[in-house]
Amino acid sequence: MSTIVLGHADPHHLGGLHAADHAGPASKRIVTGYGFWIFLLSDIVMFSCFFAAYAVLSGQTADGPKGSELFDLRSVAAETGCLLLSSFTCGLASIAADVREKTLFQLAMALTCALGLAFLSLEVREFASLVARGAGPTRSAFLSAFFTLVGCHGLHVSAGVLWLLTMMAQVIAKGFRADIQRRLLCFALFWHALDIIWVALFSVVYLLGAGQ
Amino acid sequence: MSDLPLEPHATDVAPGDEGEIQIRARILGYVVGLGIAIVLTITSFFIAGTDLVWQPSIPVAIVVLAIAQMGVHLVFFLHITTGPDNTNNVMALAFGVLIVFLVIGGSLWIMSNLNQNMMPMDQIMQMQR
Repeated sequence: MSTIVLGHADPHHLGGLHAADHAGPASKRIVTGYGFWIFLLSDIVMFSCFFAAYAVLSGQTADGPKGSELFDLRSVAAETGCLLLSSFTCGLASIAADVREKTLFQLAMALTCALGLAFLSLEVREFASLVARGAGPTRSAFLSAFFTLVGCHGLHVSAGVLWLLTMMAQVIAKGFRADIQRRLLCFALFWHALDIIWVALFSVVYLLGAGQ
Repeated sequence: MSDLPLEPHATDVAPGDEGEIQIRARILGYVVGLGIAIVLTITSFFIAGTDLVWQPSIPVAIVVLAIAQMGVHLVFFLHITTGPDNTNNVMALAFGVLIVFLVIGGSLWIMSNLNQNMMPMDQIMQMQR
């Protein structure tokens, strides 16, 4: 079968027994996905507070180094590439999960994990070099806001990698059961949302900061 | 699975799901999304470091490219579409975007206003003597 039917509106094959205006409650997959979507939006609202703090404080360098003196755009470009490609492989993993291809799924998830870890190691290296140059989070209000915003995204990616490894283990142990499929849907949403936040982050923090 | 055709308006779709689409078309969707996202990313990195364009336009261009890329991610990766089965997801997104704009725009507005109305630092220092 080449088509995938997701989000059954008619799980018991009742078909015509229901009138059109009695569609019944939504399937569990839709309810779970929607609930997780609401959580993601609240997470994005939380990030918007950090973005607002950064935007207000980005000029308050306390005679310390400015962003344009600190940021290494080549490293940021590599981080962006890692996260973008990992979003793509995560999409391939969710397709593989829908057609129940175990090897393909594990391969795509392992690739996503490797790209996520590459992103994290680049970010840790950047933070370490900033602190070593005396531009740690205590140097100025600008750097406090910078480390809070970028570090919070990094923490989200770390949590995402842990969740990713959990899902790989759960698929090995339990297979593509309906509840595992719902968790995979939520994980894919989470991972793609992290990439959206990174787009805002590299544009506002690094590219706009490098021009100042 | 049911052979009866479903009413298009009778179903919802979870965010991230694409409904009934061939696998090849789904993979193609991700490839197209990745391609557009790469082009937009390279453009914004290029524009940030170039002196080929009028300098004051660079921040505006970066913001516009970022919003475009977030839209591409939403459509091709998160599958938030304008279809009737996606109304709930779009409404939640619209509310989230409203709050984000209020928080960021409001903070910048209020803080720049306070900054302009604040007495210059040297005058404050004189008053404290």
